[in-house]
Amino acid sequence: MIPSYVPPKYKVEVDPNRCMLCERCTIECSWGVYRREGDRIISYSNRCGACHRCVVMCPRDAITIKENAISWRSHPLWDVDARVDIYNQAKTGCILLSGMGNAKEHPIYFDKIVLDACQVTNPSIDPLREPMELRTYIGKKPKQLEFEFVEEEIDGKKIKKAKLKTKIAPNLKLDTPIMIAHMSYGALSLNAHLSFAKAVKECGTFMGTGEGGLPKALYPYADHIITQVASGRFGVNEEYLMKGSAIEIKIGQGAKPGIGGHLPGEKVTAEISATRMIPEGSDAISPAPHHDIYSIEDLAQLVRSLKEATRWKKPVFVKIAAVHNAPAIAVGIATSDADAVVIDGYKGGTGAAPKVFRDHVGIPIEMAIAAVDQRLREEGLRNEISIIASGGIRCSADVFKAIALGADAVYIGTAAMVALGCRVCGRCYTGLCAWGIATQRPELVKRLDPEVGARRVANLIKAWTHEIKELLGAAGINSIESLRGNRDRLRGVGLNEKELEVLGIKAAGE
Amino acid sequence: MKGMEEVVIDAKDMHYRELNEKIHEILRENPDIKKIVLKNVLGQRFIADGIQKKDLTIEIYGIPGGDLGMFMSGPTIIVHGNAEFAPGNTMDDGTIVIYGSSGDVTAHSMRGGKVFVRGDVGYRSGIHMKAYKDKVPVLVIGGRAKDFLGEYMAGGIIIVLNIDEKGNDLGKVKGRMIGTGIHGGAIYIRGEIDKDQLGVAADIKEFTEEDLEKIKPYIEEFCKWFNLPEDVKNKLLNSKWTKIAPISKRPFGKLYTPDLM
Repeated sequence: MIPSYVPPKYKVEVDPNRCMLCERCTIECSWGVYRREGDRIISYSNRCGACHRCVVMCPRDAITIKENAISWRSHPLWDVDARVDIYNQAKTGCILLSGMGNAKEHPIYFDKIVLDACQVTNPSIDPLREPMELRTYIGKKPKQLEFEFVEEEIDGKKIKKAKLKTKIAPNLKLDTPIMIAHMSYGALSLNAHLSFAKAVKECGTFMGTGEGGLPKALYPYADHIITQVASGRFGVNEEYLMKGSAIEIKIGQGAKPGIGGHLPGEKVTAEISATRMIPEGSDAISPAPHHDIYSIEDLAQLVRSLKEATRWKKPVFVKIAAVHNAPAIAVGIATSDADAVVIDGYKGGTGAAPKVFRDHVGIPIEMAIAAVDQRLREEGLRNEISIIASGGIRCSADVFKAIALGADAVYIGTAAMVALGCRVCGRCYTGLCAWGIATQRPELVKRLDPEVGARRVANLIKAWTHEIKELLGAAGINSIESLRGNRDRLRGVGLNEKELEVLGIKAAGE
Repeated sequence: MKGMEEVVIDAKDMHYRELNEKIHEILRENPDIKKIVLKNVLGQRFIADGIQKKDLTIEIYGIPGGDLGMFMSGPTIIVHGNAEFAPGNTMDDGTIVIYGSSGDVTAHSMRGGKVFVRGDVGYRSGIHMKAYKDKVPVLVIGGRAKDFLGEYMAGGIIIVLNIDEKGNDLGKVKGRMIGTGIHGGAIYIRGEIDKDQLGVAADIKEFTEEDLEKIKPYIEEFCKWFNLPEDVKNKLLNSKWTKIAPISKRPFGKLYTPDLM
């Protein structure tokens, strides 16, 4: 055991009666937990993060991982996490780095919202026998439609025909309101990206590139890809902007609002350096703000410069972290020629974020959707711009509730990774992901077969899509458009009056 | 108006979208076009935004608006006047020559090509410039830069000549927070710089013969563009230079500790 102030979090046990010394665990574990010594496998439990790779791959089912049942003096204030963080920081003097989403026990509002269903009056609909419309268009909608009347001769008769005069802005056409969130090539492996790209193409939806540029291997899927322009401007050139089907400006991220990102130099391999267009081994630093955006007017300027660069042919989204004044910012975005506002809640995942940000900064996505939707309605702008919500969406019911609260569509990130095998072990920033998802090591990346990955992710999206159709049918609605912002179909359970007011929903029983 | 090699547009009272659409229309209809002259430009933004074409010169009379030549790859833009906010923003390749001064974040995130500014530049110029393989962006400033020059710089070259319009020395550079967070590339400033003018992660390095060889062609090109006499050129090449470069490629390498150890 390596001496440490912090005892191992998990206890790894290899049952010698079951183990056949195949040493598979020593290969599968990228964290170095296992080593063969003579005729037994010994384990270093302190390196284990419970990612289950060894457990799943052990042919003899010989491995058990348990929470290390070590007693700490229980204390209501000084919980174990608080103490462990202090030991780690006292050792290094550094900012604590963490992965995945907010790990504090904040309320999950999705779980305190229940859905409505039809009984007797207004009969429910069976989606198996009646069409259910999930098609969603993301992008700018015209304020009003103008027509011109053209006289045409048909069969010798002069007929006045109405022709649409209003120019319709380009929109993304989604077959299901579920998209895959922006996670960069660099944070994720190429095989993870390929899995997503194949899946979204199959499902008629879209994925985001994140800010790591667009690897050439994804070019065949570019008509299902949204490119991202973040403060580092990595891999951003004319070709990249024209390649995708929409562009997203990333202002902030739910897991770490207000700060930028640092991809450490050791992760900047030859391939990553080619797509990000920076030298190998150099830190990829995304500054906290875009330094050409210091105001809402500057943001409008970046939106318009992207529109100009793509000759107004691509929708431009603006992504912000859900923060206190998100509604006001959303109004600024809505008046800037942007096509959609993306709100990322504080439970959103990340490859790496300072723990203090991940756990303490930002607001719940449920509140943010409701507040942004409400404000945009009050300003008379909601009908012109789309809202995309993300950050902690775990199941079809969360998607359904997000849309009923006011979103047009959602992004899923962690859920799509879990479909690939991710165990939410939260160590993405180490680059050692044993599942081949959040790593660039070739021997680990090849563990993830893009065909298998694509199948699993497509299955997930399809399963959720089916469930959404069923929920819609039960609510007596046959189109997702009629659910959007339809908060009357939601009720709160165990919420106080203020929470209900912000969410814009009634209490159960009302 | 097809098959032309040179076209003049009067931009008086034109909205930027109209002007830029006109430029694109000309490019579409005249594949052999060599030169576009824009007269009476007054604040129109995004000129030459995203244009990919070599052997094309866009001459601008007046003052173009923000994001001049953003994402541009190839053309040469000559501005007879001042430029606004962020000329050369995220530019890929090509040249921008500005006879006057330019605003804040000049050459922001530029990844290739050259920007020559005869006068001064605003705050945060050359911020996050980055180089990759043969793409090395170059920003040459005739006068001076405001604070935060070359912040987060990840690659490329910034040269500050520190001369007035007649070629006389402007005296000691006053800019502060130079090269904050710099982790690639180099900033060359003619004259002395104190250490307390530097930002975090920046360092003063020895200016060698190799450095002089590296910046010489860009200084010569600058003199050529702006018709500077031989004696001024020689003065620039024979002056005392300060080189500012990163302490390391990993300025934030020791900032973090994993929470799961």
